[in-house]
Amino acid sequence: MTTLDHLRNRDAVLRMSEVEAEERAAVVDPDDERMIINMGPQHPSTHGVLRVTMELEGETVLRSKPIIGYLHTGMEKTAEDLTFLQGPTNVTRMDYASPLFNELTFSLAVEALMEIELPDRATWIRMLMCELNRMSSHLLFLATNGMDLGAVGMMIYGWREREEILRFFEKVTGLRMNHNYIRPGGVAADLPDGWRDDVRSILKILPERLDQFDVLMTGQPIWRERTQGVGVITTEEALALGATGPILRSTGFAWDLRRAMPYLAYDQVEFDIVVGTYGDTFDRYAIRLNEIRESMRIVEQCLDLMPEGPYRTQDRKVTPPPRARIDESMEALIHHFKIFTEGFKVPPGEVYTAVESPRGELGCYLVSDGGAKPQRMHIRAPSFVNLQTLPHMMYGGLLADAIAVISSIDPIMGEVDR
Amino acid sequence: MSEPTASLEETPETVELSEELNNNAEQLHGVPVTDSRGQLVLHPSAGSYHDLIELLVEEGYDVCIDLCGADYLGNGTRVLPASVEPERFELIVNLLDVRTPRRLRIRVQVPESEPMVATISGIHPGAEAMEREASDMFGLCFEGHPDPTPILLPDGWEGHPLRKDFAIGSIPVQFKAVEGR
Repeated sequence: MTTLDHLRNRDAVLRMSEVEAEERAAVVDPDDERMIINMGPQHPSTHGVLRVTMELEGETVLRSKPIIGYLHTGMEKTAEDLTFLQGPTNVTRMDYASPLFNELTFSLAVEALMEIELPDRATWIRMLMCELNRMSSHLLFLATNGMDLGAVGMMIYGWREREEILRFFEKVTGLRMNHNYIRPGGVAADLPDGWRDDVRSILKILPERLDQFDVLMTGQPIWRERTQGVGVITTEEALALGATGPILRSTGFAWDLRRAMPYLAYDQVEFDIVVGTYGDTFDRYAIRLNEIRESMRIVEQCLDLMPEGPYRTQDRKVTPPPRARIDESMEALIHHFKIFTEGFKVPPGEVYTAVESPRGELGCYLVSDGGAKPQRMHIRAPSFVNLQTLPHMMYGGLLADAIAVISSIDPIMGEVDR
Repeated sequence: MSEPTASLEETPETVELSEELNNNAEQLHGVPVTDSRGQLVLHPSAGSYHDLIELLVEEGYDVCIDLCGADYLGNGTRVLPASVEPERFELIVNLLDVRTPRRLRIRVQVPESEPMVATISGIHPGAEAMEREASDMFGLCFEGHPDPTPILLPDGWEGHPLRKDFAIGSIPVQFKAVEGR
């Protein structure tokens, strides 16, 4: 038995070179209503530079194929030329809507190779920041999903709410995006004074705004018409295609790494896994909207349970000495210099770590040869794998629904192409 | 100023040279098993790899979560079971069992002279894109792949960028001398 048998339509993917497509276009067959069209790579609804070729029969989409690579910049090769300390600056640019998760999975991989323990506070700060990032990423999805389907006002609302969270990120990490905040050994800096008030004000604003989104979209007949029953995928198909995250959960399969294989301190907080029923575009939308509410629950618990103590490991091998020590001690100065020029060495070995990013399983496969730079760094990007579900979701649907389906996969092209 | 490196003895050298694992290593389905930082790793041969994946589906590992290549050119620190012949390339497959949450990794040695393995996209259709990526980046060939075209690289691109002997392209920056110095 193979998981291939679970696909409803094995031939949903359009495997045809451009030469073949041209040859076919030259042959005029009056009975053949089908034609092959190309969408993208520059199309406002394709979230960056995604190109899709589709075979149409009238307005119905038959086979299709996503064509990617337009944003490929060789980031995995770059990673081999950066030290383990510089690594997060590289990976954070992959999934730019949820940069902290990239930094987290990379840092967890380095820490697993070095077998270093983290102080509690570092773990909890990471969890707090990641859940806030999940909220900002899903808000971005709501904004673009709304705009793709004609709720143009949603574009403004989603970005406005996201900005509240990014403002907090800027206060903590110094940057709105691409933070390089989570690093091997802990986080770059402690939370600033008054962080609890800032987080509370976000938690105070959001529930009311989310209720407004419900009025604007969830309960609205046009929105439901546009999304319900569109782009359906089954649990077996999602698993066979390696799809994770909201796509898998929308089929009613409660798979969330935070619950199934807990990392950080997710086994110490309460939250629910949001699942759908039909695996359609509406379910994927509703899951993301409600995951914001669940993340808010986790953030609230982080406020109460945040432990005191150091925010990074006291292992001098990975953590530079405190600033004050550098003024007094020549050794501390040298140590600081060595860490930032040569980097620290990581014992040889290979490891795979995975976290639940807003888009699914975000993994990092890391190989060290004992030096200060990775021998091989591979990011298992959820968007890259999830995109394979696109032809299966679109098959037999209408062309206008293709936009809804692409949007509901929520691909981040920086992560797809890396 | 005194020699600064002398005081850095506190940083221990962690590099250990490759050592053969114990010869009577554990076996699973006749394939050597190792443990890497607490993670289960299987080392099948390139020939038995396809059948092993099929066997593991029956056992519950029915999601191919990740597939990538690696180039071990110039890496002398790799640790493999004694019965596994090290080759330049490796194919790494991460499998997931979603019913009883557990993971398993497969490392296949792929020789440089003939970088061919059977495709697993007939078992796990989700591996299709990942195999195309490994093929782009390392020049690995997947026999029987339904769509062996470049995925991330442009059509007609020469070379395989993630190979260790593929140079990082750069244009040297010319600094002009400042006058008077």
